[in-house]
Amino acid sequence: MNSSAIPLQAFLAVAALLFCTGVWGLINSRNAVRVLMSIELMLNAVNINLMAFSSYLDGQLIRGQVFAIFVITVAAAEAAVGLAILLSLYRNRETVDMEKFNLLRW
Amino acid sequence: MTIASTTQQICFLVLSTTLALGSLAVVLLPNIVYSAFLLGGVFLSVAGLYLLLNASFVAAAQVLVYVGAVNVLILFAIMLVNKREDLGAIPGLLLRRILSGSVCAGLFALLLRVAFTTHWALPGPVPVGEDATIRIGEHFFSDYLLPFELASVLLLMAMIGAIVLARRDVFSTDVITGEPADQGLLEKARTPLLLERRGAGSSTTTLAEPRS
Repeated sequence: MNSSAIPLQAFLAVAALLFCTGVWGLINSRNAVRVLMSIELMLNAVNINLMAFSSYLDGQLIRGQVFAIFVITVAAAEAAVGLAILLSLYRNRETVDMEKFNLLRW
Repeated sequence: MTIASTTQQICFLVLSTTLALGSLAVVLLPNIVYSAFLLGGVFLSVAGLYLLLNASFVAAAQVLVYVGAVNVLILFAIMLVNKREDLGAIPGLLLRRILSGSVCAGLFALLLRVAFTTHWALPGPVPVGEDATIRIGEHFFSDYLLPFELASVLLLMAMIGAIVLARRDVFSTDVITGEPADQGLLEKARTPLLLERRGAGSSTTTLAEPRS
């Protein structure tokens, strides 16, 4: 019913734009919190792809929606652990600048 | 629920415009608090896209988990690490921005080409529509039972891991026996950062001295 109104490629294009924005932010952010936000953006882009394919190509067995729920679960766990790591880093280095986190630099 | 196709297209255009502008603002705005609130808007518009795709349960889960939990967690993290600092200039920043921007533009072009040149098997089966929640429940308790149970274990592990990583105070003595406990591997006791420190500018790059 919605396959005629909006093409599948429109959803894929929006998801691609969101993913590329997330990748750019992941590379270029100096603030560590913004890096975590960029990761969330990328996960949302993947979720949009999964949901679009689930609705357009797999309309009866909606396996894409099940996968999207698993991705949401993993993203929530990742956000909690990532922000805990960020707090621990902040207590040790007293900064959130990504360029200062060079303890493992060779 | 059937909406007219023009309404669907208008909703899709509004939601995708909000999504694109919001994600760019999340990445580009200098103030991180604005970024966090706009991230909530991006999550909400993604939930709207899910509603357009006949997935009301996942849209509700998106609002509950992302807007209600992850975004609030990010706001709390911003509040806890709220320190105005001038990020020092690093050499080659402009070159790095240009390089990464071109790489991302290339990736975007590649993804668009894949999306528009592949022959998708359209039209697929008729979407289940309102029965999606029932179908998801059947999946969870039949063929996706093991990942469903593993997800609960993963959430428990993430909760314990986040508590262990982020807590500050440890008991110096064992609760049961009263002997001094060695928990230095978990976290060493530190001077609280809220106190005024002298010479804070010079010691920002060094590791904080543990208070032994």
